[in-house]
Amino acid sequence: MINLYQKYFAIVLTALFVFTPVAVFASSDNSHHPMAQSWPHKETFGTYDKPSLQRGFQVYREVCAGCHSMNLLSYRNLAEIGFTADEIKAIAAEDNVMDGPNDEGEMFERPARPSDRFKAPFENEAQARFGNNGAYPPDLSLLVKARHGGEDYIFALLTGYDTPPAGETVRDGMYWNKYFKGNQIGMAPPLSSGLITYSNGKSASLEQSARDITQFLAWASEPNMEERKKMGLKVLLFLLVFSVIAYTAKRRIWAKIH
Amino acid sequence: MTASKKPKSDFKNPVVKWVDERLPIFTMMEKEYGAYPTPKNFNYLWNFGAIAMVMLMLMIATGIFLAMNYTPHIDMAFNSVERMTRDVNYGWLLRYLHMNGASFFFIAVYIHIYRGLYYGSYKKPRELLWIFGVLIFLLMMATAFMGYALPWSQMSGWGVNVITNLFSAIPFVGDSIVTWLWGGPAVGNPTLNRFYALHYLLPFVIFAVIFLHVWALHISGSGNPTGIEPKTEKDTVPFHPYYTIKDTFGLGVFMFIFMAVVFYAPLALTHSDHFKQFDSMVTPEHIVPEWYFLPFYAILKSFTSDITIPLTGYMFDNALVFTAKLQGVIAMFGSILILFVLPWLDTSPVRSARYRPLYRISVYLLLLSMIVLGYAGSQPAEGLMLTLSRLGTGYYFMHFIVIVPFLSKHEKTLPVPKSINDSVIQAKGSK
Repeated sequence: MINLYQKYFAIVLTALFVFTPVAVFASSDNSHHPMAQSWPHKETFGTYDKPSLQRGFQVYREVCAGCHSMNLLSYRNLAEIGFTADEIKAIAAEDNVMDGPNDEGEMFERPARPSDRFKAPFENEAQARFGNNGAYPPDLSLLVKARHGGEDYIFALLTGYDTPPAGETVRDGMYWNKYFKGNQIGMAPPLSSGLITYSNGKSASLEQSARDITQFLAWASEPNMEERKKMGLKVLLFLLVFSVIAYTAKRRIWAKIH
Repeated sequence: MTASKKPKSDFKNPVVKWVDERLPIFTMMEKEYGAYPTPKNFNYLWNFGAIAMVMLMLMIATGIFLAMNYTPHIDMAFNSVERMTRDVNYGWLLRYLHMNGASFFFIAVYIHIYRGLYYGSYKKPRELLWIFGVLIFLLMMATAFMGYALPWSQMSGWGVNVITNLFSAIPFVGDSIVTWLWGGPAVGNPTLNRFYALHYLLPFVIFAVIFLHVWALHISGSGNPTGIEPKTEKDTVPFHPYYTIKDTFGLGVFMFIFMAVVFYAPLALTHSDHFKQFDSMVTPEHIVPEWYFLPFYAILKSFTSDITIPLTGYMFDNALVFTAKLQGVIAMFGSILILFVLPWLDTSPVRSARYRPLYRISVYLLLLSMIVLGYAGSQPAEGLMLTLSRLGTGYYFMHFIVIVPFLSKHEKTLPVPKSINDSVIQAKGSK
């Protein structure tokens, strides 16, 4: 009888610690819920799709970087997604950054080095708003982690532009997006089929470029994921062996008592 | 016996012996963690005190290294946390251990507290032991809350805003208290700095109270699932090796679950607004605390109507208003403070819920009400969720104020076993 109660007890406790956190995320009031996509890096032991990240970087470079900063990333970080040292040097050198003061006390411009942070398109928030109809393009470094729905939401947003349904009007300078809260978004549709030509000479479809940039942003917001998962396997294996040995020892020691 | 006549320490190792004759720390350890007679019938719920202790040490260890890389300034805190996640060697590991460690510390402590409730661990002669425990719980809540502020994210800043603003509900002096807590007219740099200083200090205070908690434990001796005290040597086993090995195994399993979360779902317990820098001009859609505060948050939110006391013309110019906010604040703090007096609310001579059929039902319902409150707390306080919050709050207080004192006097308890040894033999026989 006691065992039965202990069983209930265990069930209730498990429920408490499983469902309470789940409950935290159960709240969302988007009219359109982003569709769940399959992302290779989201699998338990999944890794980033490097070629896709590199294509995504190209999308960032050619499209997003016009308005969005990525202040937490340095050019050198591109080595983690497979660019060579020479490629990174060349990519960095395409941007001019402000440095100084020099020996004469003057600020000066120079080509960026791999150790520099990604160059931001605007000097400050006011300038960014002024250039974007009053909207402030958010920094993209953490975007995937900073949006409810993560990758699925970013992908849905990029592919979710539409004409407004009957009866709805789009305010001046705004665009209709099915997945954006309130539906009126200040960002013009950034991607379209054929907008970008990848290095293999093929032009990318809207879905393809949206998938690539989303995966690039996922990496940017969690660059240590692969190292983390690799180490996790070792840690869990160790704890498994440790617990089995501890249990065996416990049985042995307690055998004299029971 | 004077010190000079004390028998010499009989440790074999000469260094240990030398130290022990001057400061008998090894004798003390041997007495308290070696020979300490422990009831032999603990179930696995008795693992969680030791597990919680390990979690505190892990929090302090990871926290010190995080502090080395953290900048407590409103303009730099957020980026300093991100920088250490990205650019400091194993910074991501330290951060994920620490942020998920808080959750698992609370999991261990909640199980530990509930075990105490279920088996009546707070009863005479362990009242003071229990009171130290509740004090540790309160200190943990304060520490966790201040730690949550440090990354200076949207959730941090707005969480600080909401919780510190609760004090404004106190009549007359509330607003001054809030300004005093903030160190200025709004949540700002002084707020962050004092939170950082206190977040670093309080874990060591917790450590000191744990010392008292364990000291008191070793005076009264450990409780056990039957709730009866050990009578003969047959009822107990020495702490080492019996419980050192059992705790080691329990810790291994707990760590396995903890590490699975740290390495494979480190963000499962957090919120996307935690990755945006605090902006006092943009209010997040939902401001929710961490999961371990949700039941108390639901109690707070379950009070929604002001009560007006018409005293106009007598003492005050205006009618006194007992605001919904003040009611909620009193109920929320009351829900924890009531635990301090639990040893005097429950006067039943039988400790364990095993032999108290009605108390057992009530204490299960208490757990259920906490789960319901936890869920309701995560949702906007309206409609069904508000009703559930109120039901949960109502039951929570009814359990402690009405049911427990009533059952103490009127419950027909089951016969308790003659001794711990008897109960162990009985349990084996029934298998």
